[in-house]
Amino acid sequence: MAEFEPVLLRRIAKKASPWLEAYRADGGYRALQKALDEMSPGQVVDAVKASGLRGRGGAGFPTGLKWTFLPKDHPGPIYMCINADESEPCTFNNRILMEEDPHQVLEGIILSCYATRAATAYLYLRYEYGRGYRVLQQAIDELYNNNLLGRNILGKDFHLDIFLHRGAGAYICGEETGLIESLEGKRAWPRIKPPFPAVEGAFRKPTVVNNIETVACVTHIIDRGVEWFKSMGVPPDPKNPRDAGSYGPKLYCISGHVNNPCCVELPMGITLRDLVDKHGGGVWKGRKAKGAIPGGISMGIMTEAEFDTPLDFAGPGKVGCLGLGTAAVTVFDEETSIVDVLHNICRFFSHESCGQCTPCREGTGWMLKIAERLRRGQGRLEDLKILEEVGDKIGIMPGTTICGLADGAGWPVKNAIRKFRPEFEQYIRSAEKSSLLELVGGH
Amino acid sequence: MSVLTDELRQKILAYVPRYPSKQAVTLPALHIVQDALRCVPLEAIREIADLLDLSPAEVHDTMSFYGIFRDKEHPLGKKRLWVCRSLACGLRGGDELLDTVCKKLKVHPGGTSDDGKITVEFAECIGACEGAPAVLIDDEARLNLTPDKVDALLEELRR
Ligand SMILES: Cc1cc2nc3c(=O)[nH]c(=O)nc-3n(C[C@H](O)[C@H](O)[C@H](O)COP(=O)(O)O)c2cc1C
Ligand code: SF4
Ligand code: FES
Repeated sequence: MAEFEPVLLRRIAKKASPWLEAYRADGGYRALQKALDEMSPGQVVDAVKASGLRGRGGAGFPTGLKWTFLPKDHPGPIYMCINADESEPCTFNNRILMEEDPHQVLEGIILSCYATRAATAYLYLRYEYGRGYRVLQQAIDELYNNNLLGRNILGKDFHLDIFLHRGAGAYICGEETGLIESLEGKRAWPRIKPPFPAVEGAFRKPTVVNNIETVACVTHIIDRGVEWFKSMGVPPDPKNPRDAGSYGPKLYCISGHVNNPCCVELPMGITLRDLVDKHGGGVWKGRKAKGAIPGGISMGIMTEAEFDTPLDFAGPGKVGCLGLGTAAVTVFDEETSIVDVLHNICRFFSHESCGQCTPCREGTGWMLKIAERLRRGQGRLEDLKILEEVGDKIGIMPGTTICGLADGAGWPVKNAIRKFRPEFEQYIRSAEKSSLLELVGGH
Repeated sequence: MSVLTDELRQKILAYVPRYPSKQAVTLPALHIVQDALRCVPLEAIREIADLLDLSPAEVHDTMSFYGIFRDKEHPLGKKRLWVCRSLACGLRGGDELLDTVCKKLKVHPGGTSDDGKITVEFAECIGACEGAPAVLIDDEARLNLTPDKVDALLEELRR
């Protein structure tokens, strides 16, 4: 097979200048020119729909389809919210795109706004990405100075403003309705859906929320065409009528106990094992892996035996994980205690639950308390059952919470217990034994 | 006497035309004030509320939701050092790094060194996992912060 040529990372790989002149010299804003000259907004929507592009922010919802949920002939305004909150642990691909090639992202935003008839885009950027903020602002200034933003873009009847809006250090602002509430100046409490943002979103107007990598893909779908996008990835499973396929290139993040932590672009569908061995430089210190998270910690945990699973939208679900998520893989080696992994994950969700729904607020809190107790060697075998039960019962899937944070909090916990039960039991038993010895010794 | 200078007010008001509601300027306003004053005092909350036609309780409600903002009793030092403790960093020494930094500065997470120069906090994933363990200095990431680099970093931040 021919070596895959990166597209999203093409300019980044050759360390090209991030600024407008260089981007244009590399063919940048060609797609925008083409869309404005030759395509109606509806045709851009159709192209994105035909490409099979699915959202890269975690949920994998088909992008073109989402755009068609906007009310027809709405008098406006319609808002575009670009989700650059990127707070899912172990995920950093949006950061690289924004810092290193901002115009690729901005061109995708402009195209997406043209397609959806949005005249204002808010790019909600997590506060921690200060460098990205400054790079993007400079790039946006360039666009205003070159008639690529503002009134009558490229001389057409098309107007658009893009504003950067900085977050304030809360994971929940990545959930699309939490993001909208936060943008509006309130606490980021996710909203009960429906209504979905396409009907009633930011400032109670129809709103599209899309991820940074998603809009970067839009740039190339318009530039290179639908067939190009569909020439890579994994087609829908004919036996599963609900599978929309996993087309296009994907940015995979690799971190944890590997020799070469990095972000690589590959056609959707590489196995976790190939990702780690061929691109992550293998497990560090000559050790073996014990397991990995496949797409941010919310998606659950894979054991080493499950590493041949393809990382497309359907793959992780086949081994009991929640989904592809952000396609951020973090490997832990055979010497890592699963109890430590569990504790780290529970600590995150307990800290980041927005507190609005009791099952999530209390559930994440109790899972952390139990994980802490286990780790101190004071765990009981019954604790494993309690953890599983809480993990099963919190979330939008069981129907007990408003947003998916709780599903993501429960998933790695129940995966950990069910896939690593002997290790947990042994940990608890040996801790019991040593505390007994202490008692005996104390007499 | 107002705590917000004219310059700060103008900076805040410059955000108003961007949004269809003044309330949306709450986060930008809080950031502007905290960047300048290293905290958001109650009087500033009242003044922001005045500028944005809100009740001070609304501004405070938003502010208190986000862990990033400090009240007058807990101002930030000159530099804010966040040490990441999420999974990718945790696997490569993030928790130990936080411990080391706290011991060297004789503070608990959230505290500020005696000389007022460095506030230390833990962070959840700062999106720099390819360089774990990673830290954030104010709003810029520093990667691969192995223990041998801690002294030099603290020295740099104290300057
Ligand atoms: C708790 C939680 C956190 C999320 N964080 C992010 C995030 O940081 N970035 C993101 O793009 N999507 C995030 N999402 C998904 C968004 O709700 C939404 O599906 C996505 O931004 C839509 O864009 P896309 O269709 O282009 O992927 C999160 C979802 C949940 C439930
Ligand atoms: S599920 Fe959790 S994070 Fe989501 S709205 Fe409810 S309490 Fe908040
Ligand atoms: S886990 Fe520390 S930067 Fe991502």
